[in-house]
Amino acid sequence: MYTSSVIDAPADRVWAQVRDFNGLPKWTPFVAESRIESNMPADKIGCVRNFRLKDGGVIREQLLTLSDYDYQCSYSILESPMGVDNYVATLKLTPVTDGNKTFAEWWAEFDCAPEKERELAHNIGQGVFQAAFDSLKQKLR
Amino acid sequence: MIRVRRSAVIDAPVERVWAVLRDFNSHSAWHPAVGDSRIERDEPSDQVGCVRNFFLKDGNHIREQLLALSDRDYVSTYCILDATLPMKNYVATVQLKRITDGERTFWHWESTFDVPKGREREFEQLVGGGVYETGFAALARYLNGGGPRVRPQAVESQGVVATGFGGPEVLQLRKLEKPRGEVLIRQTAIGVNYIDVYIRKGLYRMIEPPAPIGMEAAGVVVASESSRFRPGDRVAYACTPPGAYATMRALPARDLVLLPDYINDETAAAVMLKGMTAEYLLHRTHRVRPGDVLLVHAAAGGVGLLLCQWAKALGARVIGTVSSEEKAALARANGCDQVIVTRDYRFAGEMKHKADVIYDGLGQAAARENFEALALRGHWVSYGQASGPHESFPDLTTKSGTLSRPVLFHYTADHLQEMAGNVFRALKDGVIRAEVRQRYPLGAAADAHRDLEARRTTGQLLLLA
Repeated sequence: MYTSSVIDAPADRVWAQVRDFNGLPKWTPFVAESRIESNMPADKIGCVRNFRLKDGGVIREQLLTLSDYDYQCSYSILESPMGVDNYVATLKLTPVTDGNKTFAEWWAEFDCAPEKERELAHNIGQGVFQAAFDSLKQKLR
Repeated sequence: MIRVRRSAVIDAPVERVWAVLRDFNSHSAWHPAVGDSRIERDEPSDQVGCVRNFFLKDGNHIREQLLALSDRDYVSTYCILDATLPMKNYVATVQLKRITDGERTFWHWESTFDVPKGREREFEQLVGGGVYETGFAALARYLNGGGPRVRPQAVESQGVVATGFGGPEVLQLRKLEKPRGEVLIRQTAIGVNYIDVYIRKGLYRMIEPPAPIGMEAAGVVVASESSRFRPGDRVAYACTPPGAYATMRALPARDLVLLPDYINDETAAAVMLKGMTAEYLLHRTHRVRPGDVLLVHAAAGGVGLLLCQWAKALGARVIGTVSSEEKAALARANGCDQVIVTRDYRFAGEMKHKADVIYDGLGQAAARENFEALALRGHWVSYGQASGPHESFPDLTTKSGTLSRPVLFHYTADHLQEMAGNVFRALKDGVIRAEVRQRYPLGAAADAHRDLEARRTTGQLLLLA
């Protein structure tokens, strides 16, 4: 599944906000608190963020790649209440030279029970990724 | 080496932007810096390797070659072969991406090249500003050329209505309620299919008479509330609910596909339903691979011929069943490796345990024979039931068999654009052929049904609106 949007701020500013792997509570509407396990720095590849959603669910995600050069990071889910396996997501920013804005893409691949596929894809694509983009747009306005 | 990168957001869906940019010779139509342009040697403008030979309005002359084109990734890459400008090693890439948040398009245009020392800034500006940025704005204007979106006004429509369930005589041309919906289409060609007969007879309860029937058509957009279509666009569809036998039709944008230039209205109306059926049967319900043994029933029928043609191109071994020697010859001419002529659904003798995939539109009367013909681990695809609905299926565990009961509209629900695109390309590449055998005026729909039911025809029947 794939979600993309345009954020009316330069890519540097958007990246400064989203590159912090421990920063979800600061810019998403659905994360209550987050910490990095084992006291690792939040930009060390392999670090694990352990965060609690406002609805109570706990998710553990591991940072797989982080590129300040490409404005891109990817991570996998280690544990979650969502019922997904082999979940890997990538968030990527690209500068829009016309108007100095940012094209933001966020996509994920995962396995799940076939009957839950549609619902999960919608919940993640709209409920998580698009919702996060929307709050980022508000924040950086 | 200079690297130029520019990007912009275009307020139109990616399909619409790509429809223009994928045509390597379209730039003279939309880019204000480009004068006359032609593709050398009369090659198609989407053939990789083709060369566009054009003048800039400032008098410069450039030859550029298409190096890569991907409809899947919306990418086009090209290079300069020669130019009256002092640019060397110029390679450029146009990349589009879908902005899911609002049906817009991200357009990234980038190139690398060499120029004489000291002129780098000048050329960075010329290419980045004069060509790319000017191009972004010009294409946005070009796409809005239809003016502001035209709100569909209710207009009169005439259509063929089933006044009750029964014979062809229940079909009558009547004035319809004014069609209302997202995209309003003036229809030109309408496909006549067996499903229309079943609906008219009341076998498939998809209408409550009196109601118009018909599942597929092509035509021209008259008005549209959707940014995906604008007046003048040629479109086609195959969708529920019935109602295609009409002069005007209003449908949601999600049910429509834009027709490429190389597909005319009659071909589109003839091939949407059957072509997309063949597409999902061979690529989605089962992914046919080279060497697969396929058993195709009614191999000389509308879907049957397309299955034979397409499966052959995929490298399958195609065995068909037909009801006459005449149809056997037709099936052979369309890619059938072996044809079994049978009038009473007897074919398993020759096919015992051989068929890796069975494309079965026959239904109950042939169920036993189909099961006999199925190979171990075979896939039985039951997509129609001409002889009557299946009462039960044999126990497939004895063969580790797989049974599918697919319905076209469950595939088009999520994959319409991709499926239609594959059908259009297969037509263009000569992999499949759509033969229109008979055309009738809209008011003669009853005659078309009589001819279809009498099996007096092979090939597609059309109504012309």
